[in-house]
Amino acid sequence: MLISSPLKPMLVLVLASLVAGFLSVSIGSSAIGIEDTLRVLAGSGSELQQTLILDLRLPRTLSAFATGGLLAVAGALMQVLLRNPLADPYVLGLSGGAAVGALLAMLAGAAGYLVSGSAFAGAMLATLLVFGLAHGSGSWTPSRLLLTGVVVAAGWGAVITLILSMTPASRLPGMLYWLMGDLSHATTAWPGLVILVLVCLLVFPLGRALNVLARGSLQAAALGVSVRPLEWLIYLMASLLTATAVTMAGAVGFVGLVVPHMLRLALGNDQRLILPACALAGGTLLVLADTLARVVIAPEQLPVGVITALIGVPTFLYLLYRSR
Amino acid sequence: MAILTTEELIIDIPGRAPGVPLNLSLQPGQVWGVLGPNGVGKTTLLHTLAGLREPRSGELSLDDKPLTEIRRKLVSQQMGLVFQDRQDGFPATVLETALIGRHPWLSPWQMERGEDLAIAEQALEALDVSHLRDRLVNTLSGGERQRVAIATLMTQAPGIWLLDEPTNHLDLRHQTSVMKLLRNQAASGRAVFLCLHDLNLAARWCDQILLMFPDGQACWGPARDMLVAPALEKLFGQRLLSAELDGFPVFVPG
Repeated sequence: MLISSPLKPMLVLVLASLVAGFLSVSIGSSAIGIEDTLRVLAGSGSELQQTLILDLRLPRTLSAFATGGLLAVAGALMQVLLRNPLADPYVLGLSGGAAVGALLAMLAGAAGYLVSGSAFAGAMLATLLVFGLAHGSGSWTPSRLLLTGVVVAAGWGAVITLILSMTPASRLPGMLYWLMGDLSHATTAWPGLVILVLVCLLVFPLGRALNVLARGSLQAAALGVSVRPLEWLIYLMASLLTATAVTMAGAVGFVGLVVPHMLRLALGNDQRLILPACALAGGTLLVLADTLARVVIAPEQLPVGVITALIGVPTFLYLLYRSR
Repeated sequence: MAILTTEELIIDIPGRAPGVPLNLSLQPGQVWGVLGPNGVGKTTLLHTLAGLREPRSGELSLDDKPLTEIRRKLVSQQMGLVFQDRQDGFPATVLETALIGRHPWLSPWQMERGEDLAIAEQALEALDVSHLRDRLVNTLSGGERQRVAIATLMTQAPGIWLLDEPTNHLDLRHQTSVMKLLRNQAASGRAVFLCLHDLNLAARWCDQILLMFPDGQACWGPARDMLVAPALEKLFGQRLLSAELDGFPVFVPG
């Protein structure tokens, strides 16, 4: 909680995200050298390179960054809410709900904003369902919430399989890509980036209360935290972040689980540091993963969710194995 | 220092007859000991006094103001609680754990200051855990964790200390030093209210005693009037032998 120098890790993460962003806009089917990339970013360079970087690659890079940041922060918030390092939007079934919404829209033949809107509605519905059911008539215990989420997520999984099995073969590839997370349809990153920055700013006044809440709701109440309003606020923020991310990029898994956990191992558990760090590290991870997804089997593209899982799983297991 | 009073208080234990309503007043300088068999509602009483649980009926007030009308943050500056069990879901060091006690005293925008750190370090020193300051709490022994929890309350520095079995897991020397510490806190104007199971610690260090019986009956008063073998035998359903040593009563199972 008391960090000797919170600036150093943050600086490292800012640098890492800048480098990742730079790599992401310069690497691709037509590679652009460092000097040319710098020239374009400074406002000059050839017209072709300008179009390629500013109109095609930069929006996608920003979308990737926003998605990764949103998911990592959402995961970190839910982990505090449930006092359980295993919680994340996927485990709790939020992205399952979003996926069902999106697939139903696709099945009906919709595209673009209808799919996004439907995914957003699905994510919000899933959140209401999980938290409403877990509330029930009794108390809102973290383990009950987590278990409800896991079971609801399994239910969404079944619905997804059902939809896929009813879908004509010609429409399946688009759906599968969406399910694995795909940034090629991401159009604008600004809503996501704005929400990400707003939440990170909100975290500064809330951070210490979150630290106290991580010690349990009774302990937090005894230390003067208004537990119930704070829990609702975290829950709403996490749902909004998840819904926004899923709407942009489909079901990208693993970021919300792995990034906060890795950062806690390295930086401790002060939310005032961890949450902004999650935004940066999650964003960086997804930018790098998306760059890989674009180039590994170019000119074909992989769904970015595959890459995050392939990088994330071994890294996570290694860190877990090595940790105390 | 604030005074906590209860008026016709009946704690809410589902399925139990109301019993005797409690009219207590926790005055500065007092050390209260709450005695009673398992499941009698000692923890529920502490949580109710701290405002964390609704009573079935009756009023609680802090300096004559109803507890429910005071903001949680202000309550937590006046009154703190050491819980019987603690959650360690996330790793945290001993120093970080003690520092959360400063939460009631800081505004949302403030970071912990040097003086907060000094208060926390003093508390760790007083509880003999300062050598563990950088250790993760979940790697400590039960008794060490107990002392860290008391250090957190000391860092919070409220006027009213509520403690749920603070001598649990402690070895003999630390039991004594914790009870001495509580006595000293009372002597400096705080009110201390603790549950415990050790009759001899209660006899040695508490000046006020509350006996809670399983049927909801209760009685309270100065320790010398309460700590008599017949009452305690009825309380625990256990025959006791008693003697006097050094001016204090001593009880052993008969």
